[in-house]
Amino acid sequence: MRKGYLLIIALFLLSFISLFVGVKNISPLDLFHLTQDQQKILTVSRLPRLISILIAGSSLSICGLIMQQLTRNKFVSPTTAGTMDSARLGVLVSLLVFPAAGMLEKMAIAFAFALAGTFIFMKILDHIKFKNTIFIPLVGLMFGNIVGSITTFFGLKYNLIQSISSWLHGDFSMVIEGRYELLYISIPAIILAYLFANRFTLAGMGEDLAVNLGLSYKRIVNLGLIIVAFVSSIVILTVGTLPFLGLIVPNIVTIFRGDNIKKSIFPTAVMGAVFVLFCDILGRIIIYPYEISISLTIGIIGSAIFLYLLLGRNAHEN
Amino acid sequence: MMLDVKHVTKQYGQKNVVEDVSVSIQKGKITSFIGPNGAGKSTLLSMVSRLINKDSGDIVIDGKNIKDSKSNDLAKKISILKQSNNVNIRITIKDLVSFGRFPYSQGRLTEKDWQHVNDALHYMRLEDMQNKYIDQLSGGQLQRAYIAMILAQDTEYILLDEPLNNLDMNHSVEIMKALKKMVNELGKTVVIVLHDINFASCYSDHIVALKDGKVVKGGATEEIIQQPVLKEVYDMDIQIEIINNNRICIYYT
Amino acid sequence: MKTKLIILVTITAAIITLFLFIDMGGYWGYILTRRLNKILAIILTGSSIGVSTIIFQTITNNKILTPNIIGLDSLYMLIQTVVVFTFGANTLTMMNSNIHFLISVGLMLVFSALLYTFLFKREGQNIYYLLLVGLILGTLFSSISSFMQILIDPNEFLVVRDSMFASFNNVNTQLLLISSVSVVLIGLYFLRFIKYLDVLSLGKEQAINLGVSYDPVVKRLLMIIAVLVSISTALVGPITFLGLLVANITYHFMGTYQHKHLFAGSIFISIISLIGAQMLVERVFHFSTSVSVIINLVGGLYFLYLLLKESK
Repeated sequence: MRKGYLLIIALFLLSFISLFVGVKNISPLDLFHLTQDQQKILTVSRLPRLISILIAGSSLSICGLIMQQLTRNKFVSPTTAGTMDSARLGVLVSLLVFPAAGMLEKMAIAFAFALAGTFIFMKILDHIKFKNTIFIPLVGLMFGNIVGSITTFFGLKYNLIQSISSWLHGDFSMVIEGRYELLYISIPAIILAYLFANRFTLAGMGEDLAVNLGLSYKRIVNLGLIIVAFVSSIVILTVGTLPFLGLIVPNIVTIFRGDNIKKSIFPTAVMGAVFVLFCDILGRIIIYPYEISISLTIGIIGSAIFLYLLLGRNAHEN
Repeated sequence: MMLDVKHVTKQYGQKNVVEDVSVSIQKGKITSFIGPNGAGKSTLLSMVSRLINKDSGDIVIDGKNIKDSKSNDLAKKISILKQSNNVNIRITIKDLVSFGRFPYSQGRLTEKDWQHVNDALHYMRLEDMQNKYIDQLSGGQLQRAYIAMILAQDTEYILLDEPLNNLDMNHSVEIMKALKKMVNELGKTVVIVLHDINFASCYSDHIVALKDGKVVKGGATEEIIQQPVLKEVYDMDIQIEIINNNRICIYYT
Repeated sequence: MKTKLIILVTITAAIITLFLFIDMGGYWGYILTRRLNKILAIILTGSSIGVSTIIFQTITNNKILTPNIIGLDSLYMLIQTVVVFTFGANTLTMMNSNIHFLISVGLMLVFSALLYTFLFKREGQNIYYLLLVGLILGTLFSSISSFMQILIDPNEFLVVRDSMFASFNNVNTQLLLISSVSVVLIGLYFLRFIKYLDVLSLGKEQAINLGVSYDPVVKRLLMIIAVLVSISTALVGPITFLGLLVANITYHFMGTYQHKHLFAGSIFISIISLIGAQMLVERVFHFSTSVSVIINLVGGLYFLYLLLKESK
């Protein structure tokens, strides 16, 4: 329990710091006599950035948690199940077919693709006889690569490769007032996830057991996948790809909290937010006054942690 | 000349799965390893057959330590059949059995090698279906095919890890009879991990009882299938009746 | 078996002839040399990738994995991006191609060697760990390269982009020589391991039981795979799904488990698919796309189909 408090303290502390790191100098002391300039920076850039970090970090982590529960595999997440790549394909299609479409329409298309991709992945899982824990994320990543190759094919044809990859490259520095509000839509999805947490836990124990306990298994799984695809496509459109997030945060939390989602969903959300905040602040101060994008910091820290988890697990199992 | 296991230990993490085990396997007999789940039977068998490395101790086959032997030479001396063999290639029974000659032929089978393959097929009564693909076989037929392969490998020592798993009663009896026949007629030495103590009691000459990675007791079948020994191994009172000269354990009620 | 091989040889010969002599026009001497170079590059890449994928799938006992996924493709991209990022696009185009080739191949080999040694040290390792670790490192490499690519000037990015996609259009003659020599040498070294592969397809435990010294043999095979993949990638660029496509068509067409036949089949099938794709690029798409994009698209879709159809 003590750890829980530490986490919340860290969350507030880092949020606070996040508000005051940047090229334009604003110190906490200025809070009470802000100049107009400073006020503007806070409301147009710093606050939106903080809010989007908090929402993206926590909601993607929860997505990871749900996926891991539903597939009963600790190494599945939106990045290792083709969800992210499918959303990316959706973005490309929306750019190609409806170039004039607004953010909402783009999101709808990306969501449709993300959902379809995740369903196909689940379908593949159903068909695979060989359910090795390590093998399943491999299949997911391969599947992601395939979807990626379709994106590349059309992206190359219409010369959109660089613009797509810079748009979808995870980066909070582009988040300013008026460009991130879409993220708020993911909050209801996360609340829904919280309400259904118990049922996800049950579904995670397998279809037979879940049906035996009177749960409509298929519906719960579908609901989970819809939430995951929805949140992933929103995040990818507003901030870009945040690799590994949905993978490592839930893994760390379940080490301490066990697999009951009801118990672990809140710590997962907080931990996700703290983790992204930390990586973001790090990226902002390392080569100050320039920035390293969050994709890269999360990519490096995340893969290091993931490898640690993977190899640590290896040692325990044998 | 025999197979000697000397002070062998295997650790997984902090846990000793096999701890300072010493066993002598006599030639020309069937020796069974019995014990509850997690006793270390399969791990011990895998170490003897070099499938996994041991942490300490020695395994000596006919006077030669296995760590000083070449893998290919060992393959002519000792063979192992594990319980799970999920081969995902489409292959006929005959091809599978012919793999047993790999240690001798390195894939280029001579007339003599084929003779061994045909003998093995004949011995396991698989001649009629030798051209069937193994993915069409029932569990019992598949197990017979694997045993035929091991037979074609023509080793003195044959190790089997729970060969009766998932088999019907009649197929289990069939496999055990075949093993017994191999010992009596061909002079093989068979070491077998068994879950069912009654099969162990009816077919083996020697039994080694393991628990928590250690040997509780090893000896002739009549010495091991005794109420006090079984009590120590399985933590339950097992009644023993002699039926048709076999010591049968009754533990169902 | 023999008839199947004869069919493949015939098709290969026919498609090569077609490729060489179609639409010759004037300057036939020049065009023919260029086309011969392309064919040679295709034969080298095709056989390296076909054979290495089959070895890899036999070792991993799985028909849906490809050696490219252990991160070599992403590493290659990272090397190209770093060169452009730090020295500018001119360096990449001007640099002595032999040196560039050797650096790329060298780095990829060092990477694989480190990965293998690190993972083989851990006892009881599962080969899928190796793959997942490689894959994660691959993701890491790509996030570093994509970060750099955003910072690169769009004009210079075009140079990086060109190296992202395998292409046989501008194969360097100098490189063809060193790659051919290396591929032939590694092929000769590989010959002595062919006999183990049939046994390895029975699984690790059976292979050990039959007297294969599993760890040393597998380590060498993995190194052979790394060399073959690195050479073909450095020669023409990454073609992730070629191996997958070719290997699975080969299993299906040849219908055998014997590796000598599988290898022969896979070489011909890769050559046929690569030349086919190259002709599509030249005749249908008029160079607006690249071979690897077509192969990855077709290979990827075929693979997806396999995944969904299998075990029904």
